Amino acid sequence: MNAPSDVAIRREHQDTAPPPPTTSDFRSALKDSSSVGLALFPLGIALGVLVVHAGLDWWWATAITAFVYAGSLEFLLVGLIAAATPLAQVALTAFLVNFRHVFYALSFPLHRVRSRAGKVYSTYTLTDEAYALTTGESAHDWSGRRIVWLQALCQVYWVVGATLGALFGSLVPAELTGLDFALTALFVVLAVDAYLAKRDIPTPALALVCALVARFVLPGQMLLAALGLFTAGLLARRAFAPRGETARA
Amino acid sequence: MPDHATYVAAAIAISAAVTWALRCLPFAALAPLRASDTLRYLSVHMPVGVMVILTVYTLRDVSLTTAPPVALALAATLALHLWRRNAVLSVLGGTAIHVALASAVFSHAG
Repeated sequence: MNAPSDVAIRREHQDTAPPPPTTSDFRSALKDSSSVGLALFPLGIALGVLVVHAGLDWWWATAITAFVYAGSLEFLLVGLIAAATPLAQVALTAFLVNFRHVFYALSFPLHRVRSRAGKVYSTYTLTDEAYALTTGESAHDWSGRRIVWLQALCQVYWVVGATLGALFGSLVPAELTGLDFALTALFVVLAVDAYLAKRDIPTPALALVCALVARFVLPGQMLLAALGLFTAGLLARRAFAPRGETARA
Repeated sequence: MPDHATYVAAAIAISAAVTWALRCLPFAALAPLRASDTLRYLSVHMPVGVMVILTVYTLRDVSLTTAPPVALALAATLALHLWRRNAVLSVLGGTAIHVALASAVFSHAG
């Protein structure tokens, strides 16, 4: 059941004397967030550059990343704002692009976050990255504090990156060629880690098929279509699987 | 232009409100179902699939001309991660390779 990395992490915890909980949770979160930070920071810079190239003042980059904090929507939002898109259409776009977050409530460990303020902040910053990190195999023993620290750090990387990108945006070319691959690389890494934890081939294969079908049949609502198909596929698989196999999961 | 600033602020506020509602309300709606076996099955199997879907989603605009550097960088990211299992190294390495290939080797396309 335990992945090798999981065992290693547990042992590390036992070897070190427990420091005050807050410091420990913060340090752990800092370490947990390093891979995501490496992707979020350059992406934030890219978004900041986009904001000033769309004719907005630099501080709008800070405002957008701090308040909206949903990467793919923010990239779209800058274009929508630049085109003076009607607000109703902005709302509809936000709804369609971020509808996938509805599915995250199924497995995100919000019950570990104790305080009300913590829960509010935790749901506010429940990004794809936060979901991926906190639902991974090695995250099973993370405390609520560690999860909230992790989310706060991710948001700091993102907001600081975007602000810097906007401040220096006029000095760099409009497109930072190839830097956006950081987000792809991050999702690849998270997918591999999630696979190695369960070693279950049919699930990622089903997801890949759903993603490709959605990409070519419903490109306008690709994310929503892919996640809907995938969820339906998983439910069908469970319905037809032998009882023993589902119990194991 | 105060009118424009008001519009931008409204667009940001609306996007933030819709996003938070989508992230927050399902927890209340799904709370009674938490004990369900089917939901537990979904929550165990969803993460890997969601990551695969998000990976494909970030590559949705890749065309034939931009495919070679993306394919090479994907292979490099996968190989690095299976080899070292170090997320920082894999993300940084894959991105560096993509930036180098996309801006230097394949730049004549754009």
